[in-house]
Amino acid sequence: MDSRYEVVIGLEVHVQLTTKTKIFCGCSKDFGQEPNSQTCPVCLGLPGALPVLNKQVVEYAIKTGLATNHQIAPRSIFARKNYFYPDLPKGYQISQFELPICEHGWLNIETEELGKKKVGITRIHMEEDAGKLIHSDGNSSAVDLNRACTPLLEVVSEPDMRSADEAIAYLKQLHQIVMYLGVCDGNLEEGSFRCDANVSVRLWGQKELGTRAELKNLNSFRFIKQAIEYEVERQIDVIDDGGKVVQETRLFDADAGTTRSMRGKEEAHDYRYFPDPDLVPLVVDHAWVERVRAELPELPEAKLQRYQDELGLTEYDAGVISSERAVAEYFEALVGLHNNAKICANWVMGELSRALNENDIAIADCPVTPDLLAGILNRIADNTISGKIAKKVFEEIWQSGKTADQVIEEKGLKQVTDTGAIEAILDEIIAANQSQFEELKGGKEKLMGFFVGQVMKASKGKANPGMVNQLMQKKLKG
Amino acid sequence: MKISRAEVEHVARLARLALQPEELDAMTGQMDAILGYVDKLNELDTEGIEPTAHAVPMENAFREDAVKPSIGVERAQQNAPETDGSCFKVPKVIE
Repeated sequence: MDSRYEVVIGLEVHVQLTTKTKIFCGCSKDFGQEPNSQTCPVCLGLPGALPVLNKQVVEYAIKTGLATNHQIAPRSIFARKNYFYPDLPKGYQISQFELPICEHGWLNIETEELGKKKVGITRIHMEEDAGKLIHSDGNSSAVDLNRACTPLLEVVSEPDMRSADEAIAYLKQLHQIVMYLGVCDGNLEEGSFRCDANVSVRLWGQKELGTRAELKNLNSFRFIKQAIEYEVERQIDVIDDGGKVVQETRLFDADAGTTRSMRGKEEAHDYRYFPDPDLVPLVVDHAWVERVRAELPELPEAKLQRYQDELGLTEYDAGVISSERAVAEYFEALVGLHNNAKICANWVMGELSRALNENDIAIADCPVTPDLLAGILNRIADNTISGKIAKKVFEEIWQSGKTADQVIEEKGLKQVTDTGAIEAILDEIIAANQSQFEELKGGKEKLMGFFVGQVMKASKGKANPGMVNQLMQKKLKG
Repeated sequence: MKISRAEVEHVARLARLALQPEELDAMTGQMDAILGYVDKLNELDTEGIEPTAHAVPMENAFREDAVKPSIGVERAQQNAPETDGSCFKVPKVIE
């Protein structure tokens, strides 16, 4: 980064909502259906068809607004944003302009380079998505209107971010929240969570913002970072060469890792907004807002803090576990059944995550339920099995769905805690490895591990490693 | 003048209307007359009156989030000048 310049980034995120139907009509909004099979006079923009607002969209907008510290407008209205494009059947998009449903929000973010900070969110408004244009080689483009009228929340941040990393931190935070709330499926590739980045640079100390470019086509966190970093360099080069940055929309080219100008859209910003006469004002009273507030789940930021304060997890562990709601809920259920939170966290992040990844299973569908996993952890805690055997038990439960006690019993995995039995094994091993035993006695402490390992092997992992150690010490002294 | 010829030209372009010079002149005159007429409203004293976007005293018209059958691809496209059987076909759009 060039230290003469300060980077200024504002982000617009389009969050596609997980409602069953579109925002202004009853068509299903399932992804991947036959083109135009999910359309009706309203979303096709046929003359005379009238939009009616989906109440769930309002509910989700309030939810998202509250979770991101917004004020919910007691009264808001819908507006028409006018422009012509073949994916927009009516010639206008129904959106909100004046009086959006949420204003004055913020999120806390943290980056390694710049530390903690608050990022302002100007507004969140509701709007309909456009259809999809499919460009082919011939002389025509194809239009699929299944996506037309799909509900979106547009979340507009203040130009508060000062690096690509801060932009990513903000986006991940917002992404996490909408996923927690269940208002969005969070799929960047399928376009359920789309981001446009407004990027500009200015000399340090300069008050006015530099001219910005709006970056589009950013469908992964990695691309967003790449695009912003490229764009910052590009703008600095333009200025250094004595040129001026032009306000324009630029498309990110993932293959080249560059951004390029989308020419010919300079007039497109004259949208001639006006209130949509087809939709009556939306009034959200105090009781509605408070009901939604009461229903909000505990959010990741609060969980992160509580896991550290109340459960004694490290910041890292708390961060991993709170990052996804389903994981956090599994963990909390587990902690309710087994009192060692650190061990619970280790198993959730370790064995459990590994098995889920390998089998490509969502944690909600995990065959080893918190109940079954707690059964394993309780048997480790009371010394019935060792941590190593516990992994075997876990595998068995994963396959069979039996309880830990059943598996331990059936497979004879109970740890040997009988001193006599362990001592007998140990004596045999010492007898068979007399020279190593003498070396160990002579101070070659590395061999300790060898003997403990041999006993564990001979007992098929069932000897209690702590006891083996103790007995070994006794032998060395004796 | 309430509206200039240049503004009419700009709005025509936004509306994708290709107006001939004489049409542009005629439109400018007509729109100027209309805006002048509507401007009479400004003579009203609206002091202390809440701005409103709607004339109907109504709010919160909702539908529940329940799926209703769509009309089907064939009916959706029955008025389309050109289709490929599932998509509407339009002149090539280049970005």
